[in-house]
Amino acid sequence: MKIWAIVQFAGMGLLTFSVPASAADEVVVYSARNEQLIRPLFEAYTRETGVKIRFITDKEGPLLVRLKAEGSSTPADMFITVDAGNLWLAAKEGVLAKVDSPVLMQNIPAHLRDPGQQWFGLSVRARTIVYHTGRVKPAELSTYEALGDPKWKGRLCLRTSKKVYNQSLVAMMIARQGETRTEEVVRRWVANLATDVFSSDDQVMEAILAGQCDAGIVNTYYYGRLVKKQPRAAIALFWPNQKTGGVHVNVSGAGITMHAKHKVAAQKLLEWLSSPSAQNLFADGNLEFPVNPTVAPAASVAAWGKFRQDQTNLAEAGRRQVQAVKLMDRAGYR
Amino acid sequence: MTTQTVTSANSPTASSGGIANWLNVSVRGWQLASLVVALVALAPIAVVALAWLTPTADVWQHLGTTVLPDLLRNTGVLLVGVGLGVMIIGVGLGWLVATCDFPGRRFFDWALMLPLAVPAYVLAFALIGIFDYSSPFQNQLRVWFGPGFALPPIRSTGGVILAMVLAFYPYVYMLARTAFLSQGQSMLETGRVYGLTAWQSFWRVALPMARPAIAAGVALALMETLADFGAVSVFNYDTFTTAIYKAWFGMFNLAAAAQLASLLLLFVVVGLVAEQRLRGRAQYHLTPKSTRSHRYRLHGGRSLAAASACALVFILAFALPVGELLVWAVRSALQDFDVRYLRFVANTLVLGGTAAAVTTFFALLLAYTWRLKPDRMIRGAVRVATLGYALPGSVLAVGIMVSFIWLDRQWLTPAFESLGFGAGPWLAGSMLALLLAYGVRFLAVAYGPVDSSFERIKPSLWQAARSLGASNREILWRVSIPLLRGGLFSAGLLVFVEVMKEMPATLLLRPFGWDTLATRIFEMTSEGEWERAALPAVTLVLVGLIPVILLVRRTANPR
Repeated sequence: MKIWAIVQFAGMGLLTFSVPASAADEVVVYSARNEQLIRPLFEAYTRETGVKIRFITDKEGPLLVRLKAEGSSTPADMFITVDAGNLWLAAKEGVLAKVDSPVLMQNIPAHLRDPGQQWFGLSVRARTIVYHTGRVKPAELSTYEALGDPKWKGRLCLRTSKKVYNQSLVAMMIARQGETRTEEVVRRWVANLATDVFSSDDQVMEAILAGQCDAGIVNTYYYGRLVKKQPRAAIALFWPNQKTGGVHVNVSGAGITMHAKHKVAAQKLLEWLSSPSAQNLFADGNLEFPVNPTVAPAASVAAWGKFRQDQTNLAEAGRRQVQAVKLMDRAGYR
Repeated sequence: MTTQTVTSANSPTASSGGIANWLNVSVRGWQLASLVVALVALAPIAVVALAWLTPTADVWQHLGTTVLPDLLRNTGVLLVGVGLGVMIIGVGLGWLVATCDFPGRRFFDWALMLPLAVPAYVLAFALIGIFDYSSPFQNQLRVWFGPGFALPPIRSTGGVILAMVLAFYPYVYMLARTAFLSQGQSMLETGRVYGLTAWQSFWRVALPMARPAIAAGVALALMETLADFGAVSVFNYDTFTTAIYKAWFGMFNLAAAAQLASLLLLFVVVGLVAEQRLRGRAQYHLTPKSTRSHRYRLHGGRSLAAASACALVFILAFALPVGELLVWAVRSALQDFDVRYLRFVANTLVLGGTAAAVTTFFALLLAYTWRLKPDRMIRGAVRVATLGYALPGSVLAVGIMVSFIWLDRQWLTPAFESLGFGAGPWLAGSMLALLLAYGVRFLAVAYGPVDSSFERIKPSLWQAARSLGASNREILWRVSIPLLRGGLFSAGLLVFVEVMKEMPATLLLRPFGWDTLATRIFEMTSEGEWERAALPAVTLVLVGLIPVILLVRRTANPR
């Protein structure tokens, strides 16, 4: 019967696809940063060094469970993900190895890498305020906290608290000013919302443009994408907290797995990713800032102006994430 | 000529203890194979249930005092809304195209099945893109009617229910339509002889007889609704799955997430058992006849109403969203189109086709074993094997992966090493693992059509074959399979479509390099590039039309 032929075909497929090839000149990567952003990098690295890179992409949660479950038999040498909270969790779960590398220490500012040297930020995105240039004057804006002021009643748009970017933002606020004060701020934000929270940063900006609200909080690269498509859109970035803690930044980053089979090759790749020759390729594709301070961002990104970053170590974003999630639930921030 | 027999009350197969009792077939092998399938399906569920060994009191306490009451209410509202919606639309439209005649009926007959090819999360983001406050459509409305003008918000309870009804009604529509068609003419004519109007014969004859099919369709829709995370998160509508993912991703507590997920399963089991109890033991054995020479011819307002109802559903569920995707794809994503798309399409088709064959085979195995000897053990096996559909995709995928890795480390690697092969992993990351995962997830989808096509075989046929001297093997291959072919084909095509749309298990378990159209959608949406996701999404819909159209042609002649 036909069905049997197909079953047999599948059986042969099992043999063909399951045999793990483990060449010497290769690195295996599990990545939660998406394919179109990392493939060009890996292709460039292979061209430069001859080292082949095999990778699989997925959401960070399932990938991390997979790494943990595979334990010492994992084929993965490197784990790439977005958001410091996820990197922190990977380190805490014990799937990342400590890396001693003067190159990485020099290329990456201290607050954007793990104090325990298990993960390293590779590109920076700021989570900052956007506003409608017609209805808001920059002078009306000052800090994240000030968006809780009653004058923003019915004028604020936010993305859902279920997105890790907002969880990290609130976690870092807790790190800076404590839980009580932060909860008060979040409650005020919720009271000022013009409409139910959105499921994406893009929707927040679209709503501002459509007149549903006047200001919101988004990641810089979403803003970058929007103005690339609509250069004359009446929306602008604002750098808050310049006199206090600085703008909340986050990273996408990587670590080397505890049971990597190609540890040396993986460390070389990681060092290359932080080097000037790779940094623009890593950051520019997604309109992010290079993590390496000696590398200039893309022209369109540099045009947003210089700003002071929050210097608190990003490990706090992970350490306080659960606290932040609970706080936002209590405050009614969906 | 039509030939139907209806035997209600206790079915012969059940009352006589199964075919095996009078057919002298050896049941052992079949039972063993069914138990193995059930065991494979049980493994991930067991992994999920094992989480109860881990204490997670703090997460429960937090969720219980903050968001959980709202989530439970939301989930209840969603289930009721989607359940009623798919029932009304699915049964209503199924009845119209199967028994009535009105302008456009021939077109809608198959076109109303097309939304099956559109994943719910894709439909969700397309609908929001069309109808939200900041959409071009509403911007235009404000230009015409003043800045204060606004439609009722799409990002609302009503909106998410609408999206899911439009995404899931085809299950009910397809099964109800086939049921109405196979009831044929004489049943309703008999009703007329007894003085029933068209409406009365719908309510008192056609509907009760189609009930098993309708219940199966609604059950599929509700399980999809419970397990859904994609569409509800696009709408930012918090349901029970939201709590699962909040515990996992937000509070870093996979154990609590698994506990919540196993509660969800328990809920589903209770629901399924309750439905079966309510339905009672009535069974219908029909010899299908699709000749429907006399349809109810609708005139004037009625025919206009029928045509508009079909058109409205078709436009909202298919034409508009796919049109929107095409616009986005052309506007923002053409630069992404390259030769790799051939590979994505090929991978999608190969995975879908192979998984369809494997899963349908499993379903056939279980359904035949049940017919051979309907005892508690096999009933339990069927129950367990068809549960995976109600687990949120990522949770099931993780359960499958963890159980496979355990198998690898405990059994396969030592075994293969002793045979002189290298160290594994042998199962995890292999094609077999992915196919088994699809099997576990979609067995429920395949089981329904296979089971109901068994239902239509009169036991007397088997008895006749036996009395004519047919061997056991011949009774299965030469008597049963030809009669089941339609059901098997429908089951396979349904699984095919489902696998194409499946995302979490494909992402986690695919072998290196096996990117599909669904994983492409993930790559784009993971950083919120919804418009670029339109290219793989629209390709997926178009490729998905292949099995859907085959399915339509199949069910147009349900023999």
